[in-house]
Amino acid sequence: MSDTASDVKSIISARDLSVHFTLRAGWFANQSLKAVEAVDLDIPKGSFFGLVGESGSGKTTLGRAFLKAVPITRGSVQFADGEVDYNLQDLSKADLKDYRKRAQLIFQDPYAALSPRMTVRDIIAEPLEVMGLTSSREETDERVREIAAKCRLNLEHLRRFPHAFSGGQRQRISIARALVSNPDFIVADESVAALDVSIQADILNLLKSLRDELGLTFLFISHDLSVVAHICDHVAVMYLGRLVETAPTRELFAAPRHPYTKALLSAIPSLDPDHVSTAQKLEGEIPSPTNPPPGCKFHTRCPFVIDRCRVEEPALEHSGLEHDVACHRWRELAEDPIARAMSRDVDA
Amino acid sequence: MSLLTVDNLTLQFDTDEGRITAVDDVSFSINPGEVLGLVGESGSGKSVTAKALMHLNPGNAVYDPGSKIILDLDDGPVDVLSLKSNRDLKVVRGGAVSMIFQEPMASFAPAITIGDQMVEQLVLHKDITEKEATTHSIDMLERVGISDAEKRFNQYAFEFSGGMRQRAMIAMALSTKPKLLIADEPTTALDVTIQAQVIDLMKDLVKEFNMGIIFITHDLAVIAQTANRVAVMYLGKMVEQGPVRDVIRDPVHPYTQGLLNAIPKIDDLDAPLTPVPGDIPSPLERPAGCVFNTRCARIEDRCTQSVPTIKTYSKDHIGACFVTADERGAT
Repeated sequence: MSDTASDVKSIISARDLSVHFTLRAGWFANQSLKAVEAVDLDIPKGSFFGLVGESGSGKTTLGRAFLKAVPITRGSVQFADGEVDYNLQDLSKADLKDYRKRAQLIFQDPYAALSPRMTVRDIIAEPLEVMGLTSSREETDERVREIAAKCRLNLEHLRRFPHAFSGGQRQRISIARALVSNPDFIVADESVAALDVSIQADILNLLKSLRDELGLTFLFISHDLSVVAHICDHVAVMYLGRLVETAPTRELFAAPRHPYTKALLSAIPSLDPDHVSTAQKLEGEIPSPTNPPPGCKFHTRCPFVIDRCRVEEPALEHSGLEHDVACHRWRELAEDPIARAMSRDVDA
Repeated sequence: MSLLTVDNLTLQFDTDEGRITAVDDVSFSINPGEVLGLVGESGSGKSVTAKALMHLNPGNAVYDPGSKIILDLDDGPVDVLSLKSNRDLKVVRGGAVSMIFQEPMASFAPAITIGDQMVEQLVLHKDITEKEATTHSIDMLERVGISDAEKRFNQYAFEFSGGMRQRAMIAMALSTKPKLLIADEPTTALDVTIQAQVIDLMKDLVKEFNMGIIFITHDLAVIAQTANRVAVMYLGKMVEQGPVRDVIRDPVHPYTQGLLNAIPKIDDLDAPLTPVPGDIPSPLERPAGCVFNTRCARIEDRCTQSVPTIKTYSKDHIGACFVTADERGAT
């Protein structure tokens, strides 16, 4: 895939995308929760696009909005894979059915995602049957075997039930199920978080080779920055429903601009026992999305906060080729030696 | 004498499918003020080992008669496995030994205030009044960085955020001034920024209280930042143990080497991710010989025929592998 802006076509383009939930229960009666607010985001076709942030940042909701699995409150999402061009807010029933085939989700927990009462074959075949994509049992079987082989599943295992499999094997079954309808956009929501490290690398390598072989585009949602650094070519960082920074992976990790990104990177524990972190640790926790602070959402925890941040919300602006950041002070912080030193600390 | 000495711990469970071995001949020790990292993937027996230290495993657990867990307390050494009644066990459970669990939401009772839970266990284990316990608990909450501790003391677990709950859990575990703290994946459920806060907090507290900590995790980077020594477990076996620097920089067991290669390294984005091939076998199908032989790249005939004994590679750095022991002249 190409890294230059000019010849990249976006498979997903979100403009001013907002997803709000109305809370009805208990104390929060009729409060609005802005899970995703005014997000502009382009996902280049063929990319492995990382979406990171702490719990409560809205990354899962944003992923679900791209799959049209949550109602979009405001703004637009355009899906264009070269064959079709959909505006996700007003899809006809037939188009939505077609979209379900083209955009798929891989879940986090391979233990909860697979029905214990179905054989592996039936689990993988179910989307084909539900969507009516195959006309005969033979055709279904053939497609299941084809995708199972691509996901490096032992074809002998198709007759077994999921309980017989380990976490890594189950995740391969989940991947095969997601890919069986031949989609081109996949949302992988914390898809390796429940796996042991020794297995995790295997699944990551599989996803990458599937991307290359089948020409897929991945939105890879994760809280694990070292995994994202290794597998993704672009990264977007979310905080309290907003995008705060997006950049090509290497650039983001080498020269993060937003104070939140810097703090996230410096919080990754180093494998070097003698690593002494001089980075400023982030104090406190992410505020509740039902009661977000005014101005920049990060100002309550930001070490570089000034008065302007408390009242005026910064917009996402270009800070370089494909590098966008939403911070009033990114320019001066990029030149400030102390702030620079803090961001360099990751592997010092 | 060490604060805790575990000798030849072997533990099996009676199940419908037969007797399975969860921990096989594991030995280690901890000194006061020392953090021992216990690493391994799911099914390696690390949590079962930790629970054995407080005699918390369920009734179908069968301890081998040769197993010994000795805790050195102020009144002399206690043999944990010989304690039978719940009353005798009070010495270790929540008294001299405290435990922090992975999921702080599941560790607090939902309908009792955090404060009442802290006070209850203090009154139970220490000879103090409820009023003293209240003062001490609020003090502990402040120590772990919970602001507005007096107000928080009267709240319920659901009113706390994840990071705060884990802090409260730590405050509660430390309020009885245990000699040994067992922390079972204490940061796994937390965000990376909160994890960093909790790691710092635990480091400070070890210094202040001079207790021993067993830090159980599957994350070697967290171990690198917290532990003095590391023990690596695989399928119930201790395969390697040593000072944290030696184990991470110069691992001797192929499993430890594989684990380190599988970790995505933030400072080298070009390094390929190399998985450890295959999956950890079911405990019902423990391989004969070396337990790691089904996934090991360096397998030889002897690895399937006999179990490698623990050899010393350098001072305090031990491992159980035929192949690397010969290569490096371990004795």
